[in-house]
Parts: sequence; structure tokens; C-alpha cells
Amino acid sequence: MKHYARDTEHWIALKLNGVQRRGRAEPRLLLSDFLRQELGATGTHVGCEHGACGACTVRIDGEPARACLTLALQVEGCAVETVEGLAPAPGALSALQDAFRRRHALQCGFCTAGILVSATAWIERVAAGEIEATEAAVRDMLSGHLCRCTGYAPIVAAILEVATGDAAEIANA
Amino acid sequence: MKPAAFDLLRAGNADEVVEALRGRGDEVRILAGGQSLMAVLNLRLAQPRALVDLTGCADLREVRKDRAMLVVHAAATQASVERRKELRGEVPLLAAALPWMSHPQIRSRGTICGSIAHADPAAELPLVLATLGGEVVLRRARGRRTVAATDFFTGMLSTARRPDELLECVRFPLAGADTRYAFTEFALRHGDFALVAIAVAENAGELRIGVGGVADRPVLRRYPRLDGSALDDALNELAWSLDARDDANLSAQGRRRLVRRLGRRAVNAARETTGIAGRTA
Repeated sequence: MKHYARDTEHWIALKLNGVQRRGRAEPRLLLSDFLRQELGATGTHVGCEHGACGACTVRIDGEPARACLTLALQVEGCAVETVEGLAPAPGALSALQDAFRRRHALQCGFCTAGILVSATAWIERVAAGEIEATEAAVRDMLSGHLCRCTGYAPIVAAILEVATGDAAEIANA
Repeated sequence: MKPAAFDLLRAGNADEVVEALRGRGDEVRILAGGQSLMAVLNLRLAQPRALVDLTGCADLREVRKDRAMLVVHAAATQASVERRKELRGEVPLLAAALPWMSHPQIRSRGTICGSIAHADPAAELPLVLATLGGEVVLRRARGRRTVAATDFFTGMLSTARRPDELLECVRFPLAGADTRYAFTEFALRHGDFALVAIAVAENAGELRIGVGGVADRPVLRRYPRLDGSALDDALNELAWSLDARDDANLSAQGRRRLVRRLGRRAVNAARETTGIAGRTA
């Protein structure tokens, strides 16, 4: 049993976007705050802080999850992926990020980091044959994210475009 | 919106969890997927002295068939059960209910046992367990006891679990060969807690109807097979028996109406084909 005392900072090691990192966290520190304040990875946004809005969604060992409902100390030894890990190179965009830009799938951008992370994981499951890329399935996945700008239609279109590999088939919203 | 300070105990196996609970009463809370508890801590609605985290317990991730039961241990996530290829044949009602439950980003970390231990009256999993006549296994340092689902849920967010007990696993009865199932619910948005949820299991001799979201716990009724106006009358009596209350989302009358209509819809869905009623909201 590992015992982490309150009010004390403990060292943890994790892999963030493929890079080995270390940082310090009290037991009560949320993963969302650890990423932003201790590791400087401010791409992950903090919205409601009780799991409702989806802005802080990151991948923990591949699975999309709320960083605000996870303690930093729980990701000791895990692989964590955030929006900073999506672009293939500095100055370049992933296919999904590019589709979001072309289709105006973001306005203020607050929800975008979490949606990109969730949708990237979802598109991987489509490619693996686990999910069928339908509009209903995209909307089911997106139900875990709140966007107050776009009305979701261009987000759905951008995700479907990349998931199906067929830009022409997807009507622009 | 940040939790108050606590000690964090990260257990490596089930033995360590029950050892950490021993003699510490209410001051320790078990942290599984955290999809309800972490929100409660962030809002400071609870301020336990310590958390025992069981997400690192490999022995509690097990999901297996044991005789006539599907046994799901405390650290098994909802997603891991939902993606189980055999689930639709093993426990069709659970397979039908899981997509209604919150969002994929929550089910990825949330656990089956955690939702049942939390015992929200509007949650899907307690309703499924109660409707199927499942049971829970409670373990403490000195031993285990098995409790039927209908005895486990004792009220709003309260159960028969004692503070030093771990809900080690839940046991869902496997599908009966001649039994058909359906699940449906109404919520303001998909993924929200249900205003009313209905689970149905029916075979040649018995119709079971479970209702969530209305009373302070899931309510199960067992009938002989009913049709036509006899079924309408039974659903009406059931709706009036649940002590429905008005709240900000829906009146008591609205809840009774949903029990009648969704009840009829779920029974029809079970009888028709797939056992999955259409999604509402």
C-alpha cells in the first residue's frame, strides 16, 4: 500500500504526450491542475470542475477521461495524452485539427481541446472497426462535451469527414 | 471547487483495501472510478480524512462468468464491461442499459460497482441489478457476506454496506433462455440522470418491471404475464405506488405519466424483437 500524506507534495512520474515527465502533487491536487500548473501543459482547459462540461478531457492510458475527476497521484506510471500531443510537428495540424479549422468547428475554443482529444480516440476506434462512423454515433460521443458557440453541426461534420476519409460526402453544416 | 485535504492510500490488491478500512469508520471513503465521488469532493459536499484508491488493484478488475452469474469486480470499468463481446448474450439488460448511462468519457473510468455502491435512485445500474434479482458481495477484513440487490438499496444514496466493507463484486444473473429484456428512460439530455427509467424482463411465467428515478431507490414489481388493459391497470397502479414528488425538472403527475408510457413502451420492446427500446431525449 502506498501512503501519501495530506498537505505534503509527493513526486510522481508519468509519460506526457510520449515524453517522460516528473512533477510534485499533494494528494488533493487534480490532474487538470497538475497538468497546467506543475507541468505547464495549459492546452487542457478547466471548465466546470465536476465532470459535466468535458473541457478537461485527456487520455489516460488511451482512454478519454475527465482530468478534473482524476487525482494527479493516480496517473503515476500512466501515459497521459493532451491536446498538445495531437499535432504531428510544430506548426502542423493533425487531420482532425485541420478539419476543425476548415469547417469552423470552433469559435471561442474553450471546449475544443477536450473535444479534439475525445474525437481522436473515437476515430481510432472507428479505424479499428469497433464503432461505425455515423452521425448518431458522433453525437453520442459528443454528448460528453458542452460547446456553447457552434451548435455542434460543424464539429460533427469535421469529425465525420476524418472518420470516413470522405470530405465530399459530408455536407457542410 | 478543489477538494479539501485528505490522505491518499493507493491499494495494490483487495486485501489492502479491506485492511485500510478496518476500524476507521466513516472517515475513509473508497475511491474507484471517481466519477461521482470526485465531483462530490470537488464541491466539498464530502470531506473525508482519507481515500482508499482501488484503481491499482489488478485482482479487482476481473469480470467472469461463475455458474449462472456474471461477476463484475470493484475496479472493472463500465467501458470494459460494455465492450465485452459476449455481454449481449450474457446479460442483455445490462448491455441495453449501459449506453444510456452518462457519456463514453465517464464510462471509461467509472466502475460498475461504484455506481451501485453510490446508489443514486435515478442511476441505471442499480435498476438493472434490482430488476434481474442480482446480488452484491460485501467484504471486510473478517469475511464476506452476500446481499440481494433488493435488500442492498435502502434509500436515497444509502445502502446496506457498512463503513468497513468493500463492495468486492456484483453478481448479475445470466440471461434466461426464454426471457426477453428491454430498457428505456427519459432524461432532459442524453447522458443526464433519468427522470424515469424502466427495465423489463419477461418470460412465459413472469413479467418483471423495474422503475428508477421516481422513488428513493429502484423499485421492482413482479406480475404474471399481463396484456391489454390489465397491463395498463398494473402500470397505473405501479405509477401511483411510487410516491412521486414534484421537483424543478418534472411534476409528480409527469413522472406517473412517464412510468405508464415508458412502461408500456418497454414491455412492447421486450416482446417485439431486439429488447432495446428506442432512445428518448
